[in-house]
Amino acid sequence: MNLTLRIWRQQGPDTPGEMTEYRVSGISEDMSFLEMLDTLNEELILRGDRPVAFDHDCREGICGACGMVINGQAHGPERTTTCQLHMRHFEDGDTIDVEPWRAGAFPVVRDLVVDRSALDRIIGSGGYITAPTGSAPEAHATAVPKEAADLAFEHAECIGCGACVAACPNGSAMLFTAAKVVHLNVLPQGAPERASRVRNMVGAMDAEGFGGCTNTGECATACPKGIPLTGIARLNREFLRS
Amino acid sequence: MLMASATRTNRANRTPAAPGRPPSRAAALWRSSVGKKAVMAVSGLLMLAYLVAHMLGNLKVFFGPDDLNGYAHWLRTIGQPVLHHGWFLWLARPVLLAAVVTHGVAAYQLSRRDLKARPQQYVHRRRQSTYATRTMRWGGVILGLFVVWHILDLTTLTVNPAAEEGHPYQNIVASFSTWYGGGIYCVAMLALGLHVRHGFWSAAQTLGVNNPRRDRALKAAANGLALLLTAGFLSVPVAVMAGLVR
Repeated sequence: MNLTLRIWRQQGPDTPGEMTEYRVSGISEDMSFLEMLDTLNEELILRGDRPVAFDHDCREGICGACGMVINGQAHGPERTTTCQLHMRHFEDGDTIDVEPWRAGAFPVVRDLVVDRSALDRIIGSGGYITAPTGSAPEAHATAVPKEAADLAFEHAECIGCGACVAACPNGSAMLFTAAKVVHLNVLPQGAPERASRVRNMVGAMDAEGFGGCTNTGECATACPKGIPLTGIARLNREFLRS
Repeated sequence: MLMASATRTNRANRTPAAPGRPPSRAAALWRSSVGKKAVMAVSGLLMLAYLVAHMLGNLKVFFGPDDLNGYAHWLRTIGQPVLHHGWFLWLARPVLLAAVVTHGVAAYQLSRRDLKARPQQYVHRRRQSTYATRTMRWGGVILGLFVVWHILDLTTLTVNPAAEEGHPYQNIVASFSTWYGGGIYCVAMLALGLHVRHGFWSAAQTLGVNNPRRDRALKAAANGLALLLTAGFLSVPVAVMAGLVR
């Protein structure tokens, strides 16, 4: 496959960036999107140019490190992470626009790398259970109803990639925060801190400058892990009852 | 003893509360984005309930001038003899005004926040979400302006061509007989339908009553309500313009 790429290049947080055009050839349709970028970077390095910076880690769709907006869609045209997006979803000769996650709370570090520590600070404000650490407790010591366990697992799937923020027209982190709050609040272990958790996490989310939810549903469409939009309704309910 | 005190939370070391009194529940609600949306949802639902009653009352126009004018007069007698003539309406108006103002102020503040949260737009822009969702903000502005026009037209009668006090039937026919009177009304009612279509389901989501089992039913209810309201309201100017109501 031969492709034309238009990639956002930006030297540093305070320098202006722009879309820069590159041509890559000999791309196999079995390559992942990141492998395609690796191919481009190898060429750039051989030419003595600065390679395109992008975040990546596990490359098997579970860590949440990678993420870029491809043709206006977070993680590209398939509902998966960028590392699991294969080039067979593109046509030979395509022009592909690649941009970083865009949000006030996600400043660009370089090229396609953004600082997502705002999400970590939301977690830090309540996305945990304050309990004595030590050896793992006996698994059956606390009975968890099947329905609650399923719901918690569904929301615990969130890998914190930030695609929801990138896809939302308001740059809102509601789906992320919903996933983290619901995951813990529906479990008996999370119950004692249920009210303070949701209040603190929503407060932290607002303080980071994320937008509000206008229920457009773009987040849930983009989420590679399928966190449901109704999770946000559950977050709202938790917040209002606190 | 030492063990016990080690596990005890040291109250002195806790993060100190913000200086002054802690914010009241209402202030905390208004300050958070989620709480402000809840205020929008409640005020929106209040206005929606009023609109349903308003629309049903409007349909009396099809039973003739006496029926509609009699109904309008009866509205002023609600609560009598406890309330004086017209007091019920004067009690309802501040409530509705408060709903409109809080809804608008919250929408403005939330929109400002939303626009600030995405300072740089994507170069590759894609059409997002439904038409109703995308037009919520400007549709809301249109509706706000329409309310002002509507009150000047049919409550204060300032801009009404007939301006016969106590004869709403005649005023309605006179207003809708002009191209602008009917036109403004029809555009506003279409905007209302779109606003309710996204707004009703959105309110359910915001107030946390939505869940995967109810989602489809709530969306259907929002569509049905929007359609019913728009059709009901539109039937009056359409009937006037078609000459069925004169």
